[in-house]
Amino acid sequence: MPYRLLKFAWNREHPEPRMFHSPAVLNTEYDAVIIGAGGHGLAAAYYLARDHGITNVAVLDKGYIGGGGTGRNTAIVRSNYLTREGALFYQASVDLFRDLSRELDLNLFYSERGHFTLAHSPASLRTQRWRAEVNKHLGIDSRVVDPEFIRDCVPQIDLSCGGRQAPIHGALYHPPGAIARHDAVAWAYARGADRQGVEIHQQTAVNDIEVRDGAVVGVHTDRGYIKTRKVLSAVAGWTTHITPMVGLRTPLVIHPLQALVTEPIKPWLDHIIVSASLHLYVSQSSRGELVAGASLDPYELISMRSSLEFAEGLSAHLLDLFPSLGQIQVMRQWAGLCDMTPDFSPIMGTTPVRGFYIDAGWGTWGFKATPISGKTMAYTLAHDAEHELIRAFTLDRFAEFRLVGEKGAASVGH
Amino acid sequence: MKIIHCPINGPRPAQEFHFGGELRPMPDPQAADDRQWSDYVFQRSGEPGVKTEWWYHIPSGTWFLAERDNRTDTFLRTWMYRAEADNA
Repeated sequence: MPYRLLKFAWNREHPEPRMFHSPAVLNTEYDAVIIGAGGHGLAAAYYLARDHGITNVAVLDKGYIGGGGTGRNTAIVRSNYLTREGALFYQASVDLFRDLSRELDLNLFYSERGHFTLAHSPASLRTQRWRAEVNKHLGIDSRVVDPEFIRDCVPQIDLSCGGRQAPIHGALYHPPGAIARHDAVAWAYARGADRQGVEIHQQTAVNDIEVRDGAVVGVHTDRGYIKTRKVLSAVAGWTTHITPMVGLRTPLVIHPLQALVTEPIKPWLDHIIVSASLHLYVSQSSRGELVAGASLDPYELISMRSSLEFAEGLSAHLLDLFPSLGQIQVMRQWAGLCDMTPDFSPIMGTTPVRGFYIDAGWGTWGFKATPISGKTMAYTLAHDAEHELIRAFTLDRFAEFRLVGEKGAASVGH
Repeated sequence: MKIIHCPINGPRPAQEFHFGGELRPMPDPQAADDRQWSDYVFQRSGEPGVKTEWWYHIPSGTWFLAERDNRTDTFLRTWMYRAEADNA
């Protein structure tokens, strides 16, 4: 290596720019504390500062930013949901995502690929048609396509599934379906929030939340006590660690969801392919890896272990659709935690504990909601009332039997 | 391969079992108000820890109870449901 280059790299006058500061001191009081420095928490901090002028905010994380669900999903963004509430919410998210690289001045590799949800039976095709019509009614670009259209777009697919699985009868096609670089979304929001004065404290665990007369008064962390009147829990799969601290019961149950990537190959798959029957979704990242995920693990588990059964099952189903992948190696596999709700919609907004706000129930649909969840939760914290897009998603909907049955959610059987 | 002890059939591979959710004693449907009923139907104690859960051995059609740590996926014990003792 040229000596001059090495000298420059070690030169203290030109330090490598960091995405955000790591303040050494945790203050004793903040206007708001956000638990969880994932995409949702950081986006909420960013919009709190940008839209509402609230900048005396600490974002705390037990680990490092984007190390939970944000960095473990399969990075798919889409809005072809089935309920009016869900479709409008995710469409608002897609609209924000499209402009996000410019807004946050970081290339998020947001790439619109077109999203196919394959139907392996006439009954499944009927559901896809239902989704398409709901989507069209709400102004979302979505339609049912026949097998020839799929073959034209994805010539490498085996529409007969090798005769081992039910053949493909058609698909729901959603052209705006996209993938993005998920960790960059967390970094970009972290930098955007940091530049406006928000403090990001990694390696800071919340041990307890102090509640007096039904209202939040502070947070106990492993680095000391913080006085605050507003706490946002944005920890998705870790929510059931937090809610007992304020005495809240939720319907959340935690299941792992596993995913894997193959070794990188040349550009081979333009589209995002999803098959609910085969418990499979797959797309090709900008690095060339095929990113594939399965359905939820079949029972509750608060652990991010991964299993051989998953890798075997997913690979077999991948080969049913794409027999030509037989020689491609699996490079790594992992699991994320999905906090599942009974109606497959998130839990967002105020709670019976004054000053405690919840952003949870993100199950298998959290990454695609990152910008709009941040924006609507920031609004909710600033106004102490839900943004209109999330009014249907409050925690009290269960007590009132007001569920939002979202059958367009990914990776779950309905 | 993960092994689960069925109280009737002994140790069997995990693939033969189906998870039935946490054991939740049902309030009297006639006496419960809407709040108690929605609490029973929807709310869960999803926090990490040792839980008593329903499990089902599919080939033999056996429902039974298991104490399991949902952080480590270890089964502590399994037994057949006894209405009085387990609903207490």
